[in-house]
Parts: sequence; C-alpha cells; structure tokens
Amino acid sequence: MSKLFWITDEAISVEKVVQLVSRREAGAINTFIGTVREFTYGKRTLHLEYQAYRSMAEKKLEQLGMEIKECWPDAKAAIVHRVGRLDIEDIAVVIAVSTPHRADSYEASRYAIERIKEMVPIWKKEHWEDGDAWIGDQTETNSYPEGAPQKEDFK
Amino acid sequence: MNRILLFAGLQEKAGQESIDLEAAGKTVEEIKQEVGQQYQLERLHEAMTAVNEEYAANDYKVADGDVIAFIPPVSGG
Repeated sequence: MSKLFWITDEAISVEKVVQLVSRREAGAINTFIGTVREFTYGKRTLHLEYQAYRSMAEKKLEQLGMEIKECWPDAKAAIVHRVGRLDIEDIAVVIAVSTPHRADSYEASRYAIERIKEMVPIWKKEHWEDGDAWIGDQTETNSYPEGAPQKEDFK
Repeated sequence: MNRILLFAGLQEKAGQESIDLEAAGKTVEEIKQEVGQQYQLERLHEAMTAVNEEYAANDYKVADGDVIAFIPPVSGG
C-alpha cells in the first residue's frame, strides 16, 4: 500500500493526493488545500518558511489518520504537508478524504486540519517587509502554560 | 547520553539544532530548567516536550539514550 501521510520538500500535486483516496466505495472526495496568504490583517507576507520535526510529524499525521478511522470508519484519508521556503499562493498542505457519503468527508477533512494545527510538530516562519518571526499556536485555544500537552495528544 | 532537539524559535535563539546532555534520571521539567538557563531560552516553558517522538508530561523521567525534543506551539497548516 502506498504511503498516505508524509512531509515533503517539493511542490504538492493535489491530483496525486486525491488519487490516493479515490476508490469504488466512495461517493465523495473532499480536499482541503492550505495556501500561503499574502496579507494577514493588513500585514504583507513576502514568503513563508516551514520547518518540521519530520519523523514525529509523519507519525502524528498517521495517528491523525487513525483518529479519523475511529470517528468515520468508512473514511480514507491522505495528508501531505510541505516544508522549506514557500511563496505566496504556494500549497502548504493538502488533505483528501473519501467517504461513501459527502457529509462525512467534509467533517473528517475539517477535523484533520484543526488537529494538524494542534498537535503536528510543524512550524511556520513569516517573512515580512520589516522583519520575520516564528508563529506560535494558531488555534488560540492552547497556550501550554505549563508546557503540558493536551491529554488527547498522548497516544 | 541524551540528544535534545530544538526547533523553530528555540533553535534560532540557541543557535543550534541539538544539544547533547547527560539527562538520564532527570524529569522533563528539570531538563527544561537546565537547558533554559544555559541557553537563555525564556520561552522554553511554553514548549511541549516529546520523548522518542511521543509527547511527554513535565514529570516524565528520562532514560539514557532517549531523544528529547522541545516542541514550541505548532503552526502548521
């Protein structure tokens, strides 16, 4: 079976990720494509740099795949995240989920991107016209004040 | 001996990707304090910790050879 969850240094082909989940039982394939945004609240981004703890990130993406299987047993998911330098409009992440019926594919896809932002060790550095910075937690729900991971992150 | 991996802002601040440290028997919390002081990483307390690629709590006791990674709040996607 081909790999369904991985980190890459190269441009991501949406078509290839979709093909990985395409199958006869599916009636829907939902894709989420995360791209590099130029303006964030009026501030202009020149480019981004993504870094990953690659081996752990791939493991956590696989774990996420198992979580999806638990919640939506008929779903098949594939997730690819790119690292390195990305320019505006470049694709940073692709999630594809196939399910027999459409509602589950939307839900599982949404779940996947939110979980990535919570627990997959990937970081983004913004390069602006006047400087740069590594961006922290974007879920705005976890600040890890005690350095303590969330209980569900322990698997 | 233990290898400690640093990422993102922590890696930049420390000026290196990893640190070798004798950490066997110490808790994650103790290692954080030691490394934080030595490399002046004021924001290390915000980071989660992974031991051998799994998230570990602050009271987790590290064994010889464990690979420890400090994981600042993530921002993938």
